[in-house]
Amino acid sequence: MSIERQEIEKLATLSRIAIGEDTITEVSERLSSVLELVDQLQAVNTEGVEAMSHPMKATQRLREDEISEINQREAFQAVAPDTEDGLFLVPKVIE
Amino acid sequence: MSHSGWETVIGLEVHVQLATKTKIFSGASTAFGAEANTQACAIDLAMPGTLPVLNKQAVHYAVMFGLAIDAEIGKESAFERKNYFYPDSPKGYQTTQLEKPIVGRGNVEITLADGRTKNVRIHHAHLEEDAGKSLHEGDFRHGVSGIDLNRAGTPLIEIVSEPDMSNAEEAIAFAKRLHSIVTSIGICDGEMSQGSMRFDVNVSVRPTGTTELGTRTETKNLNSYKFMEEAIAKEVERQIDLIEDGGIIKQETRLYNGDTKVARSMRSKEEANDYRYFPCPDLLPVIVSDETIAELRRNLPELPDARQARFIEQYGLSHYDAGVIGSDAAMAAFFEIAAEKSGNAKLTANWIMGELAARLNSQDLSISKSPVSAEQLGGLVARIADDSISGKMAKQVFEGMWAGEGSADEIIEARGLKQVSDSGALEQMVVDVLTANQAMVDDYISSDEAKRKKKLGGFMGKIMQASKGQANPQQVNQILAQKLNELL
Repeated sequence: MSIERQEIEKLATLSRIAIGEDTITEVSERLSSVLELVDQLQAVNTEGVEAMSHPMKATQRLREDEISEINQREAFQAVAPDTEDGLFLVPKVIE
Repeated sequence: MSHSGWETVIGLEVHVQLATKTKIFSGASTAFGAEANTQACAIDLAMPGTLPVLNKQAVHYAVMFGLAIDAEIGKESAFERKNYFYPDSPKGYQTTQLEKPIVGRGNVEITLADGRTKNVRIHHAHLEEDAGKSLHEGDFRHGVSGIDLNRAGTPLIEIVSEPDMSNAEEAIAFAKRLHSIVTSIGICDGEMSQGSMRFDVNVSVRPTGTTELGTRTETKNLNSYKFMEEAIAKEVERQIDLIEDGGIIKQETRLYNGDTKVARSMRSKEEANDYRYFPCPDLLPVIVSDETIAELRRNLPELPDARQARFIEQYGLSHYDAGVIGSDAAMAAFFEIAAEKSGNAKLTANWIMGELAARLNSQDLSISKSPVSAEQLGGLVARIADDSISGKMAKQVFEGMWAGEGSADEIIEARGLKQVSDSGALEQMVVDVLTANQAMVDDYISSDEAKRKKKLGGFMGKIMQASKGQANPQQVNQILAQKLNELL
């Protein structure tokens, strides 16, 4: 299965990733080769096999509901591009 | 509103914030109202190298909800990533459940105004994380939004109903029932004004009598019953008008602004809803053992139906009163404390549903934030019940308690509101007033039966005035009638 240029552009938009004109063919080829691998996997007969949600034979450990984190806003905001009154500032988003 | 020839089909998706102390995947606090971004830790901010660790209490709360609605419990559930880009979701995806939710099919019975009941099927309920908040209005520079991530990672269950409701009344009855259930079992604080419960409403219409579902729209993020009702009414009308004019309903996400009463399209399905779900590699399957389920079932708090039945049985409340008080967990708890203190359950119920509810409503307060505590209200009702104060005085005492002047007894004492019910003292008061107003008495005696009745009021006024409003009016009435009769 190959992936069309249009799909690459749509995925790039959804993921907010800029893919330049000069790399789009390469990205398309590489993603297509991943999908070919998936095609091979899908050819296997899985009749009667239960879907696996994780490859490890382990289950999720649970945490007690106790506060363990302290306020580190200053440290986090020191590396943020832009802040004001404790808020992270981003280009205006309005739907 | 009549739209003959059309019927409405409604399904709800309800987001319920779980009352945990910490986030679903981190140990940061979920307390409401903190300063921006002071409760957003490295995990909530999606800093590189962080990993989620699931909150046990959130899992247990979700299971408790499943047990409360008699649902299948997902003994093995799993998390997926729902990918979308929005600045209030720093990870670039929401961790949620899709294929194996923790709560499967269940049922919620609703009761309508006319007493009819209806079953609403629950498709499933799943665990997920809340997003942060984007602030578009503020003193920011032009072209900038502010992001507060305190809410990011707050645990939610999303409850998805089948499209089993056919009008706004049923949808609201369902929403209220869910509120009643989640607050009764203590998994959510139920504070709608703080966004603790939010409703997405799926609406479609079809010609009456047909069975095929029409194209639906989803109006997102309604946080009050009133807004829900308005949004449904508007959307039903819009769809019918559009179809009758030859148009076609587009499947889309819509927003309703309850303040401006304006509904608008947010995005159409084909442009945005490509979430590219896949299993979250950071989280292993979640196993809930039979022992854990049994223990949670054993300790499940009283459900609204059971509580309403108990209120009728134990306190002698009417079906209606038990329904109103018993369906709200906070109000029910308030009632039980107040009734215990007052010793008169029915009068307590009247005061809670009357004076207290009216005051709380007028100031948009929930009962858990009531300035008058359950003990205080019980203390007030006790003084009405034992005839220490009249109903009129009680209202003054209530005002005093609302203003923070102390307990009923303290206010009665401080304001000198004690009602005089001692019959000897009252008799003396009546005699004194009659003696001092001989002309009125003569006039009364010379009047005919019908006029005498009216003139009684004049004496009452003088006696109440003499007692500074503290005489027990029923008793005064009796004594006065008796004294005047003796003079005839």
